[in-house]
Amino acid sequence: MTRKTPMYVIIVGGGKVGYHLSKALTREGHEVLIIEKDRKTAESLIGEFGETIMYGDGCEIRTMTEAGMGRANVVVAVTGDDEDNLVICQMAKSKFGVPRTIARVNDPKNEELFQQLGIDQTVSSTRIIFNLLEQQIETGQVIPLAALKKGEIEVVEADITTTSPAMGMKIGQLDLPANALIISVIRDGHAIIPHADTKLRAGDSVITMIKAEREKELRAIFTGEEQE
Amino acid sequence: MKVVILGCGRVGATIAATMAREGHEITIIDRNPDSFRRLANDFDGKKIIGNGLSEETLQKADVEHADAFVAVTNGDNRNIMSVQLAKVRFKVPKVVARIYDPIRSSAYANMGIDTICTTCVGAGVIHDKILGKPYSAVEEYCQFGLDDKVLEAGND
Repeated sequence: MTRKTPMYVIIVGGGKVGYHLSKALTREGHEVLIIEKDRKTAESLIGEFGETIMYGDGCEIRTMTEAGMGRANVVVAVTGDDEDNLVICQMAKSKFGVPRTIARVNDPKNEELFQQLGIDQTVSSTRIIFNLLEQQIETGQVIPLAALKKGEIEVVEADITTTSPAMGMKIGQLDLPANALIISVIRDGHAIIPHADTKLRAGDSVITMIKAEREKELRAIFTGEEQE
Repeated sequence: MKVVILGCGRVGATIAATMAREGHEITIIDRNPDSFRRLANDFDGKKIIGNGLSEETLQKADVEHADAFVAVTNGDNRNIMSVQLAKVRFKVPKVVARIYDPIRSSAYANMGIDTICTTCVGAGVIHDKILGKPYSAVEEYCQFGLDDKVLEAGND
């Protein structure tokens, strides 16, 4: 990867997220300042980070000015309170013209609101973890890989096993739901672009693009599970 | 008028009781049910226990049909976030946030949010009372003591 121009990044909130983010950005050569309003937390961080820690309330204009927010390329608000993260980003934008603001959203329901209110990016760890878990516990060997068009279209992965109805069949013979498109077949670690004559074998993974509401029909074909 | 008030502290309880007596339809929200003790005995409005930053609570309070939404909790940022939620998501025509921090109050006023900085108003009224000066308008008091240098901070 090519080295990018170093940025000045202000992180508000010296918790675990702020701590690790700061370490990573510093390692990549960026200038970082953490603002932390809890004195004890700030003091313990100063031991490790030195002058790149500032003790103060990141919502206060005095602290923001002192931190040199006017020249920050990015402001990241990662406190545990959504209302504070919102105000930090809005003030950074309106008072200091910070070009890029990123807010951590503790309650995933706030993501859309924050975007409507002008925050450039939101990060919800709850939602990320939830999505990962959901993929892990998805039953029936059909795993959603991505959602397009606000979830209307899904890209799913299905494993072909010896009990799959589709095992040994040519793609052209499959009775696929309308508008389903097989994009790729993963075989022995390689992605192949299939055609109507491609025969499915046990151990194949089939990547299909499909309308979300028809995923269950697809599951029945590939894994043999009864439709609910 | 249908008015939803967030925060049943002294200010919230006083607005609620007074406006209810005037015949307005009042709903008051607080996360702590003990706070409702501040309401006058004859208060006949609705009381809702919940977090004013959650859409569910605001829905329960029927904010979408309110003519006005007032945020007077102890947290400036809570007030700022909840009025924006009411304005953007529930299209409440009139929202007012009480904000203690003069800078934040004026910053959000510039962003089109109706804010009242009780710190500035209180200080301004006391100032004029001591000097025997005639009282000014609330909008003027909301700017009281604000230093231009502080307001322009960040432009240097």
